[in-house]
Amino acid sequence: MTLSLNKDTIEVIKEQDVVFAKNRIKESAVKIKMGLVNQTRLITAASELLRNMMRYANGGKCMIEVVTAGRNSGIRLTFTDKGPGIPDIAMAMKDGFSTGKSLGLGLPGTKRLVNEFDIKSKVGEGTIVTIIKWANG
Amino acid sequence: MSINTYQLLQKKKKNILELWMKNQLADEGLREDLISNEELRSQSEELVTSLVGNLSSDNFSDLNSDEWSPVIEILGGIAITRARQGFSPRETGNFVFSLKEALLEVLQEEITDSKQLFAESLKINRIMDNLSVVTFETFIKGREEVILRQTDEITEISTPVIRVWDGILALPIIGTLDSARTQIVMENLLQEIVETRSSIAILDISGVPAVDSLVAQHLIKTVSATRLMGAECIISGIRPEIAQTVVHLGIDLSNIITKSSLASALAYAFKVMRLEVRKVSTIQK
Amino acid sequence: MDKIPILRMGAFLLVTIQVDLYDRLALTLEADLVQMVQKTSAKGVLIDISAVSIVDSFMGRIIGNIASMSKILDAETVVVGMQPAVAITLIELGLPLKGVHTALDVEKGMNLLKTMIDFTEDDEDLTEDDLIAE
Repeated sequence: MTLSLNKDTIEVIKEQDVVFAKNRIKESAVKIKMGLVNQTRLITAASELLRNMMRYANGGKCMIEVVTAGRNSGIRLTFTDKGPGIPDIAMAMKDGFSTGKSLGLGLPGTKRLVNEFDIKSKVGEGTIVTIIKWANG
Repeated sequence: MSINTYQLLQKKKKNILELWMKNQLADEGLREDLISNEELRSQSEELVTSLVGNLSSDNFSDLNSDEWSPVIEILGGIAITRARQGFSPRETGNFVFSLKEALLEVLQEEITDSKQLFAESLKINRIMDNLSVVTFETFIKGREEVILRQTDEITEISTPVIRVWDGILALPIIGTLDSARTQIVMENLLQEIVETRSSIAILDISGVPAVDSLVAQHLIKTVSATRLMGAECIISGIRPEIAQTVVHLGIDLSNIITKSSLASALAYAFKVMRLEVRKVSTIQK
Repeated sequence: MDKIPILRMGAFLLVTIQVDLYDRLALTLEADLVQMVQKTSAKGVLIDISAVSIVDSFMGRIIGNIASMSKILDAETVVVGMQPAVAITLIELGLPLKGVHTALDVEKGMNLLKTMIDFTEDDEDLTEDDLIAE
């Protein structure tokens, strides 16, 4: 069972908001004593998702939560946007696929960096991506 | 619990404590080597005070209610300390059971009506049984923590990074490589590369019993990360069986420099660094 | 707007990135650096990222671009001082930065550039000799 202890929502609209959001995520990760490598993985994953949100949906919201399950604690990030949505999620999760002008490893690469990755999307309504990174794991 | 009984127990708090202490001190399992009598007394007193203080509440039989959390906290604290100090489960269990005995003894002395005595004893029994379960749970949790700490220590000491030469590091891995361990191996190795400014790292896997595709993936990851940092990583100590499984599993190691022994890896490293090992001639003076 | 300074050291350009790059800053760096390579006819570019704690796919792509563009302009690129955590993350992200040379620190990076450039110059000497021989 995963318990949420602490919630914080950040609106991400401008490029400065991205920097601010990343700093907040880092603060939360440091607070739960996440190791440096895992911190780097988490912030890099967040960086990818924040960029996707900026590029495809003109921004959105990022919720930062401290979660615990048993003796392990971690950070859960939820990225919510009201963008065009992803028509084929299975395709978007494949290495090397992209609709935008990038290398196309945003989503599958991000998934490899975190412990839990969930994506829900409806065309025309938006996309919600949830990731969890445990402090040790 | 009726008000009368509560007041009775409250009044007899001292007696309960004395009886309990007597029970504990008389017990053969008393561990004077682990805990002094004074310490035992203060622990016991704290618990009795908080326990008896709680018996008046309406939902005193519901251990999940907030009223009980101080008692459970005290008990949990004692159980965890005992687990760390090396008390046996029996000794820790007896600590709580002997309190139950003391409580029941006091009830028996003070309540004359047998029906009432039975009813109140049953309640005390129920509460104390629940508290015993809590004690055991926490005791085992304490033990688990000890085990976890030791596991951490083992992983920590089982991945030594050795400086074999100026600029050459070696990391002999002994035992099974799982994801968590490879993670630590990789982090230690990369950190040490930065600290010693070594350009070549040798990962020796002669002590690894088996390499499956997951382990191979981890090894490839380590090598790639080393390269990104600007150093080279050689895998050595590959036994023939491991070479066989690697090929049978279809793992591609062609991008990695592999050597069969640590010696040949070292020789390769010397060559890359343009170093030479020579036998000193004894005839020449 | 912020700019990342580019230092000229003989035939080499040295860029030390001291802040975590946001996208626009990275793009500006890419443009500036390529301009500078052309203007100074630099033979090598050293990018020191030892102070960078996060490199995501965008930033990784910029580094790759700089290397490929410089290569076209006849300059080699060496990325130096990547932090272990960054290296691990890049590999897991799926970005091994193929085609980019790496070194542990500026000094080693400089030596690597020198050997690479000596090597190509030797090649050129050879072709010149060949021409004379013909």
